[in-house]
Amino acid sequence: MTISLKPNNSPPEKLQPSGWLKYLSFSLDHKVIGLQYLVCGFLFYLIGGSLAGAIRVELVSPLSDFMPREVYNQVLTLHGTIMIFLWIVPVVNGAFGNYLIPFYVGARDMAFPRLNAVAFWLIPPSGLMLITSYFINGAAQSGWTAYPPLSITTPAAGQIIWILSVLLLGGSSIFGGINFIATILKLRRPGLKLMQLPMYCWAMLGTSILVVLSTPVLAGTLILLSFDIVAHTGFFNPSLGGNVIVYQHLFWFYSHPAVYIMVLPAFGLVSEILPIHSRKPLFGYTTMVFSIMGIVVLGLIVWAHHMFTSGTPPWMRLFFTIATAFIAVPTGIKFFNWVATLWGGKISLNAAMLFSCGFIINFVLGGITGVALAQVPFDVHVHDTYFVVAHFHYIVYGGSVFVIFSSIYHWFPKFTGRMLNENLGRFHFIITFIGFNLCFAPQHWLGLNGMPRRVAEYDPQFQLINQISSVGALLMALSTLPFLWNIFQSILYGDEAGDNPWKALTPEWLTSSPPPVENWEGEAPLVLEPYGYGQRDSNETQEQKK
Amino acid sequence: MPKLSAILTLTSSLILGVGGVWIAYNVDMLPVSASMNAPVYDELYRVLFIIGCILFIGMTSLVVYSLVQFRRKPGETGDGINLEGNISLEIFWTAVPAIVVLFVGLYSYDIYDRMGGMQPLMHDHNGQMGNQEERVWGGIGSGPIETSSSNNSSSLPIELTAMQFAFIFHYPKGNIISGELHVPVGKEVSLKMESKDVIHAFWVPQFRLKQDVIPGQPTILNFTPTKAGNFPIVCAELCGPYHGGMRSNVIVDEQEDFDNWLRENSKETI
Repeated sequence: MTISLKPNNSPPEKLQPSGWLKYLSFSLDHKVIGLQYLVCGFLFYLIGGSLAGAIRVELVSPLSDFMPREVYNQVLTLHGTIMIFLWIVPVVNGAFGNYLIPFYVGARDMAFPRLNAVAFWLIPPSGLMLITSYFINGAAQSGWTAYPPLSITTPAAGQIIWILSVLLLGGSSIFGGINFIATILKLRRPGLKLMQLPMYCWAMLGTSILVVLSTPVLAGTLILLSFDIVAHTGFFNPSLGGNVIVYQHLFWFYSHPAVYIMVLPAFGLVSEILPIHSRKPLFGYTTMVFSIMGIVVLGLIVWAHHMFTSGTPPWMRLFFTIATAFIAVPTGIKFFNWVATLWGGKISLNAAMLFSCGFIINFVLGGITGVALAQVPFDVHVHDTYFVVAHFHYIVYGGSVFVIFSSIYHWFPKFTGRMLNENLGRFHFIITFIGFNLCFAPQHWLGLNGMPRRVAEYDPQFQLINQISSVGALLMALSTLPFLWNIFQSILYGDEAGDNPWKALTPEWLTSSPPPVENWEGEAPLVLEPYGYGQRDSNETQEQKK
Repeated sequence: MPKLSAILTLTSSLILGVGGVWIAYNVDMLPVSASMNAPVYDELYRVLFIIGCILFIGMTSLVVYSLVQFRRKPGETGDGINLEGNISLEIFWTAVPAIVVLFVGLYSYDIYDRMGGMQPLMHDHNGQMGNQEERVWGGIGSGPIETSSSNNSSSLPIELTAMQFAFIFHYPKGNIISGELHVPVGKEVSLKMESKDVIHAFWVPQFRLKQDVIPGQPTILNFTPTKAGNFPIVCAELCGPYHGGMRSNVIVDEQEDFDNWLRENSKETI
């Protein structure tokens, strides 16, 4: 049986604005939504970064003298929440996921375009709501973890707005996760097998499974917490018979996987960038896939390592030590495979490559301190200290944010049809790398020697190291300037990129830059070997495909 | 050629190993150790630091070496070698981290056990608690099981009440209430802790010990100070605006001085 549709020759009605206005519209185009995520996330990054700057200014002196103590706690709460929920999670998942996944599976859009637009448009209002809570009675002051009873006893308005905002962002994240799973599993071009997909698809599949399994737990927990605040129920309020430890279990059941939600997509992006710029196939595709899935499974059973000094019995501490330490095995495989991908390549030392290699170095350090922190006896000394702050920022800034920059340098030509200035990009990398390490490496020492985290005042013996750290933070802030200049200048006057400036083999490059609304003029190309570099005919095939 | 590369690999890994051990033994990043489990902690720290140094320096040099050695020279075109994987190599670098992690895990279990972390801390085993269904969790002991059961007469029981933003210590023996913790050298202290409002944490960096002080859930921390002196007690859990200022001192005295302090301050005759 065949179904024939009458060809529609009349020009389609213009339903959506074109030009730059489409980026402010409820567009259903996955590429527009991807860029909406990216730009929106970057704006929030600038806000979150300014808050980090305020924290580092406060810590220049051991006294609480730059801002009132309540404000300091609001600032650190907003900094954490914005960076996690409004910058890294939406950008590594929403921005690059939406832009790239339909290309990689050979589809013309995501499985549920409307849901996709809804998922994005939940973000700006909840972000703005979160930030404006600062001006109405003050924002939440209990840290991004919102542990009760502190979150129940601090001013309620800010905390409730925080909960609402995180619930909306979690909803957005779940919508995105469902969409990615459906797109990757069901919208693959005929003839394309799962094991032929680019690695980022696997990373997004794993991440989305984590999102869909764990985010609802956070939502339920926060709803109970809001009942405690508004209706004076006693789920987590010990004076009404509640239990504060239960909150911690439920919270970390989401929030540990949240770390993988922030880094797994980054692992996927690096796996795309390294082969292209070192002109070599991705080393060990199959082990990469299995290690992603291993991280997904293990990532769900390690949450209590955030609670080693809390009310946990010894056997539980031990179980979570072993489970956590074992995550190092699949993660280690990925890092060895990336180094093996570099080995014997023809590496272009451009900004995308440098940021990816900076990521490897930073993340290895963060991973090592992570395995150390997983050991209960080690953790009881450094838990909740600056050692953890350093570890965490090596993972999410040295890891995810470096990869975001790397990806922007890599895909900017596809987004805009113009090249970024490589020299400015390399300058940006050097300043960022030095500033980042200067800011966070000394914090390991601070934690080991007795400085707890989330403090506005500290023992004067730590002043010098804190000042060094603040200088690093200043460098990090300044490093944004060459980047922004590069972006604006290249959008207007950058060199024409052409369709495929990197001579890449993955499907998003086998179309024009920027791509047409339908992604490809004709049928979607069938790319069975997205990493087929170094094969004698790889360049010729590519010519033919053009 | 393969012989040369084998020799090079062997030498560089030897240099790495020796370098890592050298750094770990010569860079001391920890404060003074002043409790019985602190030296045990420092031993674990050193082992982790050695492994960490070797891994970090190794990976970083591999990345930097690759970037320099395999960089695209000007005018060069074409691709690198078409190498899609190597099963034996991949098995090798799955197995090695697995073994390292297993070793670290077992070793830290041993350390935790030596710190007394695995011994049962259930308070309701002794009769004095009666039928109260009280679960006491947490904490790390400081010696073999026989010396540190919580109602053992050899340990000094102290009750800690934390509140925004102070630690209050109560000595049942002598009914003393103090804002600072006075303890004698060489005697096991058993701190029973509970919070009046939000979650706090009791941390003495020189003891390498930390335990959250939780409302509605008593926790216990056992330790034995080994060095006389004055060490900071730091609250390590965000507890409100003055969290950073929530600090106190633990004053570790010789037994004699401690007994004097106890006598001078006690409200009851001992």
